[in-house]
Amino acid sequence: MTPSREFALPADDRWARASLTSATMIDVVDVSRRYEGDQAALDHLSLHVAEGECLALLGPSGSGKSTLLNLIAGLDRPTEGTVTVGGTRVDRLSEAAAARYRRATIGLVFQFFNLLDDLTVADNVLLPAQIAGRPAAKSRRRANELLETLGMDRHAGAYPGRLSGGERQRVAVARALMNRPPLLLADEPTGALDTASGTEVRKLLADLHADGQTIVLVTHDEALAAAVATRTVRLVDGQVAA
Amino acid sequence: MSAIRTVVRGAQRRRVSTIVIIAATAMAVTATVLAGLLLAASSAPFANAFAKQHGAHLTAFFDSAKTTKEQAAATASQAGLAIGPFPVAMVVTRQDPRTPPLPPIKVVGRTDPGSGSIDQVTLLAGRWARSKGEIVMARTDLMMPTGTTLQLPDGSTLTVVGEARSVSQTAQGWVTPDEAAALGQIGWQMLYRYADAGSEAAMTTHRTALGTGVQTQSWLEIRNDAAHRTQLFVPLLSAFGLIGLALAALVIGNVTAGTVASATRRIGVMKALGLTPSQVVRACVAQALIPGLIGTILGIVGGDLLAVPLMSDVADLFGTVPMSVTPWVDALTIAAALLVIAATAAPAGWRAARLRTVDALAVGRTPHSGRGRVAAGLAARTRLPRPFSLGLAQPFTKPSRLLAMLLTVALGTTAATFAIGLAGSLRHIQAADEKPDTSADVLVEPTMDGTDVGAVIAAAPGTGKYYGRGPADIAADGLREAARGTVTSGDARWAGYEMLAGRWYTSPGEAVVTTGFLTATGKHLGDTVTGAGHGPLTLVGEVFDGSANNHLYTDAASIPGPKPILEWYVKLKPGTDRAAYLAALQNRHLQAEATRTEGADGTLLLLDSLTAFLTVLLVSVAGLGVLNAVVLESRDRVHDIGVHKSMGMTPKQTAVMVVASVGVPGLIGGVVGVPAGYLLHHWAVPAMAHGAGIRLPDSTIDVYAPVLLAALALAGLIIAAGGALLPAGWAARTRTAVALRTE
Repeated sequence: MTPSREFALPADDRWARASLTSATMIDVVDVSRRYEGDQAALDHLSLHVAEGECLALLGPSGSGKSTLLNLIAGLDRPTEGTVTVGGTRVDRLSEAAAARYRRATIGLVFQFFNLLDDLTVADNVLLPAQIAGRPAAKSRRRANELLETLGMDRHAGAYPGRLSGGERQRVAVARALMNRPPLLLADEPTGALDTASGTEVRKLLADLHADGQTIVLVTHDEALAAAVATRTVRLVDGQVAA
Repeated sequence: MSAIRTVVRGAQRRRVSTIVIIAATAMAVTATVLAGLLLAASSAPFANAFAKQHGAHLTAFFDSAKTTKEQAAATASQAGLAIGPFPVAMVVTRQDPRTPPLPPIKVVGRTDPGSGSIDQVTLLAGRWARSKGEIVMARTDLMMPTGTTLQLPDGSTLTVVGEARSVSQTAQGWVTPDEAAALGQIGWQMLYRYADAGSEAAMTTHRTALGTGVQTQSWLEIRNDAAHRTQLFVPLLSAFGLIGLALAALVIGNVTAGTVASATRRIGVMKALGLTPSQVVRACVAQALIPGLIGTILGIVGGDLLAVPLMSDVADLFGTVPMSVTPWVDALTIAAALLVIAATAAPAGWRAARLRTVDALAVGRTPHSGRGRVAAGLAARTRLPRPFSLGLAQPFTKPSRLLAMLLTVALGTTAATFAIGLAGSLRHIQAADEKPDTSADVLVEPTMDGTDVGAVIAAAPGTGKYYGRGPADIAADGLREAARGTVTSGDARWAGYEMLAGRWYTSPGEAVVTTGFLTATGKHLGDTVTGAGHGPLTLVGEVFDGSANNHLYTDAASIPGPKPILEWYVKLKPGTDRAAYLAALQNRHLQAEATRTEGADGTLLLLDSLTAFLTVLLVSVAGLGVLNAVVLESRDRVHDIGVHKSMGMTPKQTAVMVVASVGVPGLIGGVVGVPAGYLLHHWAVPAMAHGAGIRLPDSTIDVYAPVLLAALALAGLIIAAGGALLPAGWAARTRTAVALRTE
């Protein structure tokens, strides 16, 4: 089910997403992740995500959802197996290469937003482009465009602490989209929001997907998965549940 | 396990920051111990060493040709205490049969360094002489280290088996009594202590009581000499001591405050479980005291170990005996360190206790107070690379930590600026002393065959300018004893003696003198000096010579009669081949050699090494203070670092951000520290000189070139960046997923 559109991405983004084919975007093969002395967080898990797809990862706490997301984002490395994203072997990347990979490929949205409180909304959104060394004027135009699209342009000069949870998450989404990443990873994006704000973010993600954005979503929220995801995978004890 | 112990244990689990806290405290405590010892050693060094050795108030030498051993021993009854008689010999030695003999050494025969009531000589190295052929040398500028073999005129040898110091300066060397007799005894030495020895009048009475023809040395003369010498260094060492104490207190306070702040969230958890405010305060104090106490103990051990070489250098500088590890300095340091820790931890703990539990729990999660937003906004608008500008704005979120870091860097920079300026001044003083050597190209020594050296030099092709100089004792009205004089033959204006006032003499009958001479005689430039053996000498200039001696320079023609000219200095014409010139003079059987800069003066070398040591110590304390602050800051911001990394910040960019975070305190600290060090130098160096009765030319004070000052201003940045490098590396290596999970 696709909700009615509220957030229409800029034309460039829509074109970029539409140009993607249904080739594999993420290829996780026989991946395990064990922590010292602990049980495996992921246990010989394999998973494929196509370009343009919106995959929801569901499962109880400790099932390995966030660990899998971290592996795809290059934030962590598997103990065994391979993770390939857009043709790049993420599990083999050095820290520096992983950082460059995230700049170019990944947009991350967190449960608790992870906005920097001493920066304004506009400066938060600009940050990924600035870290990547993108031209300033172009980046500013892009940030304004995103804030306008997501209805946050009037808060551009405000600090995150003054915004509601839903507004903060919209800023976080804008920041995640700043570098036009082919892949958006969202970890419990509605987990810290009230019902109204959760609905708002749900609509936003649905609209992004409608524009062709590949999304992997980690959530406990069955309603969110049902509303946004084209496919749902349930994890239990680090494995895909049958 | 008690709740308090839970809080404390939690903090200890943070190994890296605990190690840094211990290291920073240890370094600061080491600096405190050394600073305390420096201040103690600089306080009346001669009086303390004299008291420690039970120094001799009067040292008497009886000619053995006129006085028997019994007669000398009988004089003991005239003093409150006396020891002796000890046999005395004058020994002419040389280190190598091919080299000229060394100045004669007065050696005294003693069976031990002095277990008696007077002149307990301190053995600084090796052991006391036990048998024939062994000597213990007094440690002076003429270094004769243990193991040196000295050749005697009869072909036998003396081996240096130890180095010692008598504050009363009773001998230049000590041998066994039998050896003293064998070396050719010339007299007996008696040492006396009196109940009344504090005035010249009393000492004159005691001298007179010994009878005529007895050579005596009063402790007052030695004390005055020592006062001149030590006054030169006391302000220097005191300044280092005070900077060290201030820096150490600042670093320990900052480390403690950071330790308590880092446990706030854990305290929140414990409060939620029922910890009372008073328990929170106790937990905070205990938590700071544990690493603080470990650091303090390590620092005391380090300080006591480093004190041995440092105090040895200081004793050499003062001509006294090394101050041993002083329990009261250690005890005072421990008490002061623990007091600073408790005094910083208790208020910080009280603040944590008053914090609402929900706020304490939310530390690291809730939006902060809004401090630093202006700086963050301004930094975001610069064209600097974003990781750099993010780092620059970072310290403004915690003004108290920023201020502490800034002061730490400023004090480190002050120490570096002061030390470099001091080294420059001392080098300048040394250069002034060596001016005749460094401004000439060739040094010629006279021959024994009566050759007119001046005439040979004048006739030699390539000679540009030349002059000869030699010593002369010159009587002067206003002085009880003759002044040390230097007479010159030829035009010595080019020798480059540094003038404090007036000009160099241009004709016989004129003289230039040192500040010490003017002070001692009460004369001024333009006055006339009269005395036996010469006509009136008009004072036309005040020359700087780096000592407080009464020294007078004049033309050889001003003093009637033959004067020994012991050195001729020659400046060659441009383009003259020095080697060929030397060969030509040597062919005329003259001892000619290229001038060379003499080895650095022992005292200045000692001062240089002391200053370098103390500067490195203080800069290291400052660096560790910064390191601790950055570690705490990085820990506090580890989650933000994770967020940055999740957006694609590379490890290199992360390191740049962390190092840039000390940029502002580093720069401001440098900019504040340089003028502070500059002012301290401009106060301490003239104070040193004034204490020693020397007037320094402006050039010895104005040693800071603008480029040097600019470079020193950057020293703050270097200290700060040096302290931030390690935590920058840790931040760069932090796994993003781990950082994001950190609360």
